[in-house]
Amino acid sequence: MNEFNYVYLIPLIPLLTFLFLGFFAKKIKEPISGYIGTASLATVFILSLYTAYKYFFVVGLVDGKYQAVRVMIKEAWLNFTDKLAIDVGIIIDPISVMMLIVVSTISFMVHIYSLGYMHGDNGFSRFYAYLSLFTFSMLGLVLSSNLFLIYVFWELVGVSSFLLIGYYFETPSAVAASKKAFIVTRFADMFFLIGILMIGYFGQSFDFQTLNSEGMIEKIGHMIANNQIYSFMGLSLFTWALMLVYIGGMGKSAMFPLHIWLPDAMEGPTPVSALIHAATMVVAGVYLVARLFPLYFHIEDGYALGLVAIVGTFSALFAAIIALTQEDIKRVLAFSTMSQIGYMMMALGVSKYEGHEGLGYMAGMFHLFTHAMFKGLLFLGAGAIIHAVHSNFMDKMGGLHKYMPITSITFLVAALAISGIPPFAGFFSKDEILTAAYEYNKVIWFIGFLVAGMTAFYMFRLYFRIFFNKKKEYEHAPHDAPFSMSFALIFLAILATTVGFIPFSEFVTADRIPFQSHIDFGDPLVIGSILMALFGIGIAYIMYYKETNYPQKLAKTMGVGYKWAKDKFYMDELYIFVTHKIIFDRISKPIAWFDRNVIDGFMNLIGLTMEKLSDKTKGLQSGRLQDYAMYFIGGVIGIIMLVVYFK
Amino acid sequence: MNLDTFMLMRDEIVLTGILLILLIAEVLWSPKNKKGLIYLGLLLFAGYTLQSFFSMGTGSLFGGSFKAYPLVNFFKASLAFGVMVILLQSVEWIKQKLLPNDFSAEFFILIFASLLGINFMVSSGDFLIFYIGLELATMPVIALTAFEFYNHRSVEAGVKYIMLASVSSAILLFGVSLVYATAGSIFFDDIKGALQLPLLEIIGLVMIFTGIAFKISLVPFHFWAADVYEGAPTVVSNYLSVISKAGAVYVLMTLLFITFRVFETEWNWIMYGIAILTMFVGNIFALRQQNMKRFLAFSSIAQAGFILLAMLSNDQMGVKAIIYFLLIYIFSNIAAFGVVHIISLKTGKENIDDYNGLYTSNPKLSLALMIALFSLAGIPPVSGFFAKFFLYAAAASKGYYVLIFIAVLNVTISLYYYLLPIRAAFLRRNEHPIPYFKIDIFSKIALVIVMVGLMVLGLYSGVFSYISSISNIF
Repeated sequence: MNEFNYVYLIPLIPLLTFLFLGFFAKKIKEPISGYIGTASLATVFILSLYTAYKYFFVVGLVDGKYQAVRVMIKEAWLNFTDKLAIDVGIIIDPISVMMLIVVSTISFMVHIYSLGYMHGDNGFSRFYAYLSLFTFSMLGLVLSSNLFLIYVFWELVGVSSFLLIGYYFETPSAVAASKKAFIVTRFADMFFLIGILMIGYFGQSFDFQTLNSEGMIEKIGHMIANNQIYSFMGLSLFTWALMLVYIGGMGKSAMFPLHIWLPDAMEGPTPVSALIHAATMVVAGVYLVARLFPLYFHIEDGYALGLVAIVGTFSALFAAIIALTQEDIKRVLAFSTMSQIGYMMMALGVSKYEGHEGLGYMAGMFHLFTHAMFKGLLFLGAGAIIHAVHSNFMDKMGGLHKYMPITSITFLVAALAISGIPPFAGFFSKDEILTAAYEYNKVIWFIGFLVAGMTAFYMFRLYFRIFFNKKKEYEHAPHDAPFSMSFALIFLAILATTVGFIPFSEFVTADRIPFQSHIDFGDPLVIGSILMALFGIGIAYIMYYKETNYPQKLAKTMGVGYKWAKDKFYMDELYIFVTHKIIFDRISKPIAWFDRNVIDGFMNLIGLTMEKLSDKTKGLQSGRLQDYAMYFIGGVIGIIMLVVYFK
Repeated sequence: MNLDTFMLMRDEIVLTGILLILLIAEVLWSPKNKKGLIYLGLLLFAGYTLQSFFSMGTGSLFGGSFKAYPLVNFFKASLAFGVMVILLQSVEWIKQKLLPNDFSAEFFILIFASLLGINFMVSSGDFLIFYIGLELATMPVIALTAFEFYNHRSVEAGVKYIMLASVSSAILLFGVSLVYATAGSIFFDDIKGALQLPLLEIIGLVMIFTGIAFKISLVPFHFWAADVYEGAPTVVSNYLSVISKAGAVYVLMTLLFITFRVFETEWNWIMYGIAILTMFVGNIFALRQQNMKRFLAFSSIAQAGFILLAMLSNDQMGVKAIIYFLLIYIFSNIAAFGVVHIISLKTGKENIDDYNGLYTSNPKLSLALMIALFSLAGIPPVSGFFAKFFLYAAAASKGYYVLIFIAVLNVTISLYYYLLPIRAAFLRRNEHPIPYFKIDIFSKIALVIVMVGLMVLGLYSGVFSYISSISNIF
């Protein structure tokens, strides 16, 4: 199909912008470089919207099914063997088009926002160059038509995020964080790479369309049934390959236990966190599973998909518990992101394939979409706050509502959206996920349900403590961000309010055949999840909205309704007892300890062992000729003896 | 035999001609203006490089002692190209250090002689030509290693190299004699048919292997590499780590894949072990190096370990992967050594810490360093990634998944130390970074060539397709 030939322009424009800004970084001054970057992203944004319109409403739907369109840039680009070749091509299907919208929207907004946020920074042009590079890599990743190509962009995304996290290279922690992020994700990528090679050899193709075709699934199924594919620990190597690929996704998407880089990565500039760690790069893992969903679902009864569900669910819970205790607002958001991505993984994991049964898949994608909008908004809002207060910590904030009304209101919209309060976007997607989980497994549903309440609680704990609570003394009176920043906030707030109404199941489904789904407000599941969210918000309200005014209030109400006040007091204490004494001390702290000491420790151990080993063995390289000759002869004799012995 | 068949060794004839011309020119040249000799050397070699890219046909000379076929011709052309870039990088160094002592022509003559040796070695059809080629390739480089004779490190490196090289040659010759004793011939083609698999033959092969492994710097025959690379002039280290190593890898490949193919089963697990050992040792030692030249020495040892991955897959896939890897490795390592060389020549600084804040003063050079190291580390889309990918693919085609896993683990370790100089240059602050300096035009051309090569070789598939089309050497 030729209608989509222009699509290669979408990644190409940011690439050219990067090259241009990169080469002339010293010559182009602020704000020209920012304008160039923003203009290029505006073009990308419009092209993406146009592509989406054309795909979903004009040409995509053929015989009631969305057809995947491939635009080949070069066929048989690299020939492995006679049968196995790598193409360079673009795949256009519902999920890639959806991701196009997500990436271009958020990136566009971040570009606008950074005009204000990075104002006066020494490396302004460099920053925009990196942003363009990242956008290019991410768009390339989304549009890749085969596994090999997606891996190339996958790494490129890693490199550009390395550059962006380490942007403030004056601070050592930023440099350390950028390295940690790069190396941990690279560690996961090695599994991914082996998975790709295995899939390539068994499937004799890297192409997504071929791999996901029914013929391929049948062929692999036959090969497994006839023992043509080796099995290891009772599972065929193909299932192992899928799991390895998933480990790669876990690294990028910060799933337990490979999430350790995400909180540290918050050292980067906040717009970067909004772009990379909220909306785009971290959902790459979700996208990868969705890309190969037919394989995950069909091969060996979806065993690998079960892993996706379990890891996702566990990460969602784990991160939500940690988020309750954090004081740094960006870290709360980081853990919240991890928890929400866990939700998406869980949704994919519990999904089935055909028609309405594929609800989980559709819900996961839907949540990815809405989450990008409201989490991007939360991060940008956090950026505006940090910009105004010059601190990341909540105890330095309070009472900001009066100073920063726009930020406050947009932040509230986002918080409501993530908590799942109708009619905000998060409600619709989260509810579909819970419905899908309920049909699959009650335990998973219950955990998801619990996490929903916790999410609402920690989000509003954040909101109330920042914008209400006790007013703090500020050196300079904080004020709303400049127009460029506020514009991005308002734009995203509108999206966070409205995108939930998109009838997503008519566009993105597992088998690409649209179906109708609607939320039934009479359904106890729906009512339950709304109540759970409200419950979380309520507790947060009681505990944090007026916490420090409480003594005076108590004194005032003393005469009018002592008992009522006392009851309230009692409730307050109870909540504090339950949350602080039991959840914080007994559950959150041990988990945080486990995270810090066991998981981080393991990673550090690898590094430490290597260094020790290196130290121990340095004596071998003595510089003495006799020693070298002796080792040489020793090596020869050693190999000969081995040969003689084993022959 | 007529003139046409002699043209099969056109490369060697031309190179010998250039050598003679330079020898005569050195004598006749006016002593006042020896600078002209440098340009003459460059020009002649550029001509040689150019002609080496024209096809030469297939055939053999001297009853099978010398063989020519498209793959070996392509390989010689790649080596010539690599040497050309190294020569461009060394012009400034020759002017500064060699010209005052009137050694510039000798430098060219020695390098060309060594390349001539490598050409004979890779084209050899019997052990005699092979051995002569090997020695001709080694001896001039030993002289070159000790070329900065006023620098005791350089001399020490030369002595170490010659001693160990003789040990390895002796063992190699012993191996050859054992093979001759059992197979009754020194011709590769005859040996292939005559192998009976007695123990003596395998021992012979092991000894031959160690001689070659010495040149490739596989563990445990690698000890010389770090000391020699560090002591030798940087351009010579560059030549040693790239051209000389690549030549030896090629020979090892043809010997294992064709001549000694019957030993496949006995042999593969030895390669398996040595691959793991080499990767780990190279990486672990590289972790703690402060001197960039030593750092690159260990990095090149680790890279050699990766090549063995494809040595295990002795079919066309393996050949393709090895040649492609070598080609890209030539570019990456020349680029990395080139940057180190320029900085060392201009400022005398060779330590990683000295690179702190390099980006602020010399952004283009830092960028070149980054691309080169990314390529060595194998990060897409720099071509080093594609090179490594095909090595994995070759090993995967024989089902060595565990080995690939170990290899990729090593890539992750290597990422750590490859990031160190990059971090120093880009992310470290320094009040007094290496000041800005102008790079001479030849080095600039050399750097641009390798940078373009690094970006294009991976993404442009024509190169790999071409290698694939000529890689059927069985």
